[in-house]
Amino acid sequence: MLTATVFLPLAGALVIALLLRRPRAIRGFAIGVMVADLALAALAFTAYDPKAGGLQLVERFNWIPSLNVQYFLGLDGLNAPLVLLTGLVGLCAALASWRIEVRVREYFAWLLVLQTAVMGVFTGLDFVLFFIFWELELVPMYFLISIWGSGRKEYSAMKFLIFTLSGSAFMLVGILVLYFSAGTFDMTVLAKSDLTNLIIPAQMVFFFFFLAFAIKLPTWPLHSWLPDAHTDAPTAGSVMLAGVLIKFGGYGLIRVSVAMFPQEARDYAWLIVSLGVISIIYGAIVTLRQSDLKRLVAFSSISHMGLVLLGIGSVGTVAAGVSPVGLNGAAMQMFTHGTITGLLFLLVGLVYEKAHTRYIPDLGGLATRMPFVASVFVLAGLASLGLPSLSGFVSEALVFLGTFFVWGWPTAISVFGIVLTAGYILWMVQRVFFGPALVRYEHIGDATLVEKLPLVVMVIAIVVVGVYPSILTDVFSAGINPIVERLRVLGP
Amino acid sequence: MILRDLYLLSPEIALAGVAIVVIILDLLVRSKRVVGVVAFVGLAVPMALAVVLWADVQSETAVFGTLAVDRFAIFFKLLVLAIVAVLILGSADYVARFQRYQGEFYALVLFSATGMMLLAATTELISIYISLELTALPLAALAAFHRDERSTEAGFKFLLLSAMSSALLLYGMVLVYGFTGSTQLQGIAGAVAQGDMPFGSYALLAGITLMAVGFGFKIAMAPFQMWVPDVYEGAPTPITAYLSVASKAAGFAVLLRVFYFALPAVSGDWSTLFAVLSALSMTVGNLVAIAQDNIKRMLAYSTIAHAGYILVGVAAFAARAPGPDGVALGPSGVLFYLAAYAATNLAAFFAIMAIANRTGSEQIDDFAGIARRAPLVAAVLAFAMLSLIGIPPTAGFMGKLYLFNAAVRGDLVWLAVVGVINSVVSAYYYLRVVRVMYVGTAPSEEAMPSSWPVRLALALSGGGILAIGLLPGPLSEISQAAVRTLLSLTLKVP
Repeated sequence: MLTATVFLPLAGALVIALLLRRPRAIRGFAIGVMVADLALAALAFTAYDPKAGGLQLVERFNWIPSLNVQYFLGLDGLNAPLVLLTGLVGLCAALASWRIEVRVREYFAWLLVLQTAVMGVFTGLDFVLFFIFWELELVPMYFLISIWGSGRKEYSAMKFLIFTLSGSAFMLVGILVLYFSAGTFDMTVLAKSDLTNLIIPAQMVFFFFFLAFAIKLPTWPLHSWLPDAHTDAPTAGSVMLAGVLIKFGGYGLIRVSVAMFPQEARDYAWLIVSLGVISIIYGAIVTLRQSDLKRLVAFSSISHMGLVLLGIGSVGTVAAGVSPVGLNGAAMQMFTHGTITGLLFLLVGLVYEKAHTRYIPDLGGLATRMPFVASVFVLAGLASLGLPSLSGFVSEALVFLGTFFVWGWPTAISVFGIVLTAGYILWMVQRVFFGPALVRYEHIGDATLVEKLPLVVMVIAIVVVGVYPSILTDVFSAGINPIVERLRVLGP
Repeated sequence: MILRDLYLLSPEIALAGVAIVVIILDLLVRSKRVVGVVAFVGLAVPMALAVVLWADVQSETAVFGTLAVDRFAIFFKLLVLAIVAVLILGSADYVARFQRYQGEFYALVLFSATGMMLLAATTELISIYISLELTALPLAALAAFHRDERSTEAGFKFLLLSAMSSALLLYGMVLVYGFTGSTQLQGIAGAVAQGDMPFGSYALLAGITLMAVGFGFKIAMAPFQMWVPDVYEGAPTPITAYLSVASKAAGFAVLLRVFYFALPAVSGDWSTLFAVLSALSMTVGNLVAIAQDNIKRMLAYSTIAHAGYILVGVAAFAARAPGPDGVALGPSGVLFYLAAYAATNLAAFFAIMAIANRTGSEQIDDFAGIARRAPLVAAVLAFAMLSLIGIPPTAGFMGKLYLFNAAVRGDLVWLAVVGVINSVVSAYYYLRVVRVMYVGTAPSEEAMPSSWPVRLALALSGGGILAIGLLPGPLSEISQAAVRTLLSLTLKVP
């Protein structure tokens, strides 16, 4: 089933590239493929039994015997929700692309290839396979930004690509070093092996991986690609970037950095937490200053992904004191940020499409013209600043709860980030949607039915998780508890 | 004995025969197309013979022990033959525009290929020298084939510099012979292993270094790369492609043969030398390539960088890795990468030929909007560029995986780090080509059709990139089998 989930979009892309000609047919087909893929992802998610835990739905065979590389897909508690998230975000991205008119065939083919790559990163449990999907994702994203983007699109696309490649280059060396010591690329085996005695110091390997994930997340000071790429990408590209691509970083940190290098993760938790706090506060302050609507949402991601780092930093405590709460919060934050920020980018795209500007001082009073968009925007904004009963609250609360007992002051400082978030979100909503209605926006209308669909999908996800978070937390726990067990048996 | 020699040498003899048939046929028939077809079809004979030998012969020597017929040699023979076959297909449109000498073009390519096949098999210093000259002389003529200013310059430069490198190589050989008392690689290996040489190992080291320099010219390794950009830019494009894949492969074959077969006992000395040269070659090639505007010149610097990547495998004489497969990792990575690189670079050059044939320009900026005018050509070129960067799922990625894995095993983690950083740098200039083709707008929207042999060659090389990238298993097993026969002697050395 996972193979189908991963490769169905790729098959769809081939059909589009080779068989379909009419733009209408291509759009419909691509959305159909994404719906089917979401259905498969949801099926896989529900098929995963968190009570049994461990790996489920495993598919594996020897792929390259001479290197001991396997084709190895599987779900555990950590990636099952992320697969579901990818299905959701992918569908919304395809729906948001309804108005693409230029080079439609290529566009949807690349979007579907991207979906395959993302699904592959989350489900691939062999390091080579994981790495292949990790790099494969760059190609469609590069094209999506540089052809259908806006602004300095070619510059941004190249910057995104070079940043990610630089990180993954070091990751490749790290992978090879692990292979040399353990003789396997199997990530589940590596997570159980003792990786202290490597050909080069284990700290070095830890930082090879950390660099790759920190760039992808992104954390200060490696974040500068994000605002450019997110701002210049087409709406669907931003939604995919913010919704799932930057989750690679958090996923990798938990799956590789913490699970395979528990000792190093604990030793350097101070660094992880510091970077997290700086990202949260610095990101929020910079966000406050933005006057471009899309860039504002982009910068807010840096602040929110800082929370993921903060949650992961909770492992830096004495062995007995490690609790799964912080890691759970980090994992939850990935899911909720994916839906909330994905939704915000969809909305920003709609506003830009109708008003033809993203410059906040030029906007105003849009609520009277587009009440539906405005309401959803307010809801997404509230979710983003952590209003209880919406999903953002759950993950933030978990992160702060889990980390406070380990890193008191840093957590206290980070909580201040919420205030800043409230500041930039509410201020932005006020400037864009409220105030006197402007004459020049008299003719713009509200979202059409097709445009409302992805918004509704995301809103449902945000509210359901906000009201009933254990639908996800139970599953995440099943993935995180084994990692915490390993941290607990570490020496002092 | 004679009969057995003839059998063992049958691929080379058959190939030379095809070349002679091509020359004679060229005199007799009026339609030059037939000549190309005969050259292409004729290649089936040596190829079939080489396949038979692969299955039949484990490891033998022929012609008084000067040529080894082992799987290592046959691997390269098959590789060279495959390259020539696809090259004849892919350059069909290009050669069809020649006013005259089409037959000579094919014949010279085939003769040079014969030299390369012999080069991969030689186990004796003098035969190495002769095979090198047999390879280089036709190539010099081919580089000057257009007989315009730039092509002539290319031919002349190639001739001069290959003469100079041959001289250096000869001098190195003389030193090695003088101190070991043998021109046979096996004899040299024995003498070096015993270690009682006049002046200790330093004098021998001078010989080894000179030989490395001589080979360095052939494989386009920095700092002996000065000839590469001018020759690559000036030579006819099929010859540039041929130089960059076949000539390089043959150079690496003889390099591996000499160093892994004859000099494993002093591997500590040369493996560091090659590691440093590898890092230098990658860095120089990639940094200078960024500034290039002519695509052939850019690929010339890229080929210098790739010589560096491949040298990683040569340098990774995996002293730390236990067992025979550990030592085989580096060289088998080299073989794998050479095959992957051949598919990739041929694809790139075929696409460039197809484009330049229509637009008449080899400037990267003139490739703007090609994606709309020639979708297949642009897709293959873009795919080749991704493979050169090493982005999966391409042959280039798998090749780098094998090579860098060998580096890590050979305790050369720093070299692997240099390699991956260089791959990132190279992304910048390779992607420029992709960006121009897909994002840029063309001055005209007129479609650019190619003839079916060219399309077939594009599909074969592009398909090769994908096939090696997705299913590297078979090729890696073949290259390991090939390397095992090369190392049969090495492994006995303590």
